[in-house]
Amino acid sequence: MTFKGGVHPYDGKDLSKDKPVSELLPKGELVFPLSQHIGAPATPIVAVGDTVLRGQKIAEAGGFVSSPIYASVSGTVKAIEPRRVAVGDMVNSIIIESDGEMKEAEFVKTDDVTKLSNEEIIGKIKEAGVVGMGGAGFPTHVKLSPKEPDKIEYIIANCAECEPYLTSDYRRMIEQPEKLVAGMRIVLQLFPKAKGVFGVEDNKPDCIAKLKDLVKDEPRMEVAELMTKYPQGGERQLIYAVTKRSINSKMLPADAGCIVDNVETLVAIYNAVALGQPLMNRIFTVTGNAVAEPQNFYICIGTNYQEMLDAAGGFKGDCKKMIAGGPMMGFALFGLNIPATKTSSALLCFTEDEVEAYKETACINCGRCVEACPELLIPSRLADFSKNGLMDVFEKWHGLECVECGSCSFACPAKRPLAQAVKTMKKQALAAKRKK
Amino acid sequence: MSDLFNVSSSPHVRSKDTSSRIMQYVILALLPTTAFGIYNFGIKAAILIVVTIASCIASEWIYEKIVHKESTIKDCSSIVTGLLLALNLPPTLPWWEAVMGGVFAIIVVKMLFGGLGQNFMNPALGARCFLLIAFAADMTNFAIDSYSGATPLAAIRNGESVNLMDMFIGRTAGTIGETSAIAVLIGAIILILLGVIDLRIPATYIVTFVVFLLLFSGHGFDGNYIVAELCGGGLMLGAFFMATDYVTSPITPMGKIVFGICLGIFTGLFRIFGANAEGVSFAIILSNLLVPMIERYTVPRAFGVVKEAKKHE
Repeated sequence: MTFKGGVHPYDGKDLSKDKPVSELLPKGELVFPLSQHIGAPATPIVAVGDTVLRGQKIAEAGGFVSSPIYASVSGTVKAIEPRRVAVGDMVNSIIIESDGEMKEAEFVKTDDVTKLSNEEIIGKIKEAGVVGMGGAGFPTHVKLSPKEPDKIEYIIANCAECEPYLTSDYRRMIEQPEKLVAGMRIVLQLFPKAKGVFGVEDNKPDCIAKLKDLVKDEPRMEVAELMTKYPQGGERQLIYAVTKRSINSKMLPADAGCIVDNVETLVAIYNAVALGQPLMNRIFTVTGNAVAEPQNFYICIGTNYQEMLDAAGGFKGDCKKMIAGGPMMGFALFGLNIPATKTSSALLCFTEDEVEAYKETACINCGRCVEACPELLIPSRLADFSKNGLMDVFEKWHGLECVECGSCSFACPAKRPLAQAVKTMKKQALAAKRKK
Repeated sequence: MSDLFNVSSSPHVRSKDTSSRIMQYVILALLPTTAFGIYNFGIKAAILIVVTIASCIASEWIYEKIVHKESTIKDCSSIVTGLLLALNLPPTLPWWEAVMGGVFAIIVVKMLFGGLGQNFMNPALGARCFLLIAFAADMTNFAIDSYSGATPLAAIRNGESVNLMDMFIGRTAGTIGETSAIAVLIGAIILILLGVIDLRIPATYIVTFVVFLLLFSGHGFDGNYIVAELCGGGLMLGAFFMATDYVTSPITPMGKIVFGICLGIFTGLFRIFGANAEGVSFAIILSNLLVPMIERYTVPRAFGVVKEAKKHE
């Protein structure tokens, strides 16, 4: 089961895939950006000097498409000021000095989730600040409230983890697959007509076996083995692989009767609904050939990247490139003084900057970008249109359908930054559309 | 060293393939044909091949020196052009004419249009046609040692019979690289296995050509005739090595198929109704000119985009 196009980058998962998740207790200050999700920023409800408990709400959702934020440690609010985040922007943030005691607020468990109404479940998910933890950060309660809930036929758990080097989802599936399945069960309760599919790449046979074992008595769940290929975990590609339905940039997964949630998100749904716990932690991978001991950590959201790198033994050799997230879609970092957020999955450190190592040469029209594009576009031409500012032709050649997966840049033998050029024009075209 | 790390847009990893590696693969795939050409025609062919490649490399180097551009000879593309041109020359051609061909291919067809990737016409074939016009007699003189001079295609045209086995192996008169179908096919398999080309262009080209022959050649369903037409002339070399030239063929998947069909039709037209027995070079060049138009009408529909009904605004 797969999609057309795609590439096979070196996956590098061996560095960290066999390292069990270890808990990382943060020291000193933690930073909670008020925008860790798509939508309106959250509004602070604490003031400088307040003491907070772990699990206490510190910022309220700023609208329907927004999400509240919780303290992941106990301590004192030190400041509310703009801080640098992984993508490079300065974002208004709440800074909490941890007291190291991890005093927790009270969480109300629900013993029998099946007795909850749909409104109660979605309310709990919304209140717990659950957002898509695969990277996009779309508020989960919005995703779970489609216009026509009866038309949802598939709940797809995105267990592909197609980005090279990342192993956080893998560790979650190996260590706590029952939580993942429990999260799925809760979502299925919302959509009685849907079936739950766990889409796992076939390079993780151990996960597939574990999940298959867990769902053998679940009539509404199944495991789909997906071909190992990047970007198998891209939302549109995953939907196609599982259901053979295609959606474009103007459609939502719900238009194809699907809702897609990432592994960590489903676990967060379980924690929120069954355990009453807000989103405070996640699994985070520190890896790459410039890291002394690659690790998977159970981290508190807000933890500083430098602290996580130190916990993994610091640098080994001369680090030339640091990336927040995976190598295909992650963000290059110029410094480590940034916090982990709800959507942070990994820190990669490499001794070589591959982008710099190769020199860009002339396009020879070889079409490898075309073969690689999962959206069936012509990336080399789109990049030319972008360079020449030809917005009309760019849109005519379907440039706005680009999912920014980076497969074209990866495949290009002339080492042209195709994805970068396409992304640039896409941004301009979308901005121009908004102005109209 | 500064404390700040280098920042760039994603993705942060690149495949190992480079343009020069692809060119080296093409050269590798041309080696069987080159070797057979030298074996078949002797030292004259070897000298011509060396001279042509040298003139191509030198032209590119000197041109870039003169216009103060960074030298690009390391990308190996001028070697491919030189080798392909040589394989398209009769073994008896005077060496200085081959040099002129090399200079024309690189300077006029390639560099004046902006260098690698910018030319709209296959440089080797452009040069071949230039030589055909400039030195018509030398370019059509195939008499050498053991061969009387008539190429198999010319023989067929005159109603003589040809030995298919000789044509398949390549023991016939012709240009250095076109005679041996088997050597070209070995090279084609190398190209396909290394992922340099796919079958879209060559397959549609050959199939269209065969259909054209069946319909218009007047020979009807004559297996011998069809195989002879396929093995004869530059068809195999053209279909696998020159029609598939990335720069001068369409990038759209559908466009490649349309391109192959154009090639088949033009080759059929030139061979059956034209003044010459041969027509592959002109068919490819003519189709090269159609590429921008073919691309414009074969832009693929993106994933998940449905055909839009005409909107009334």
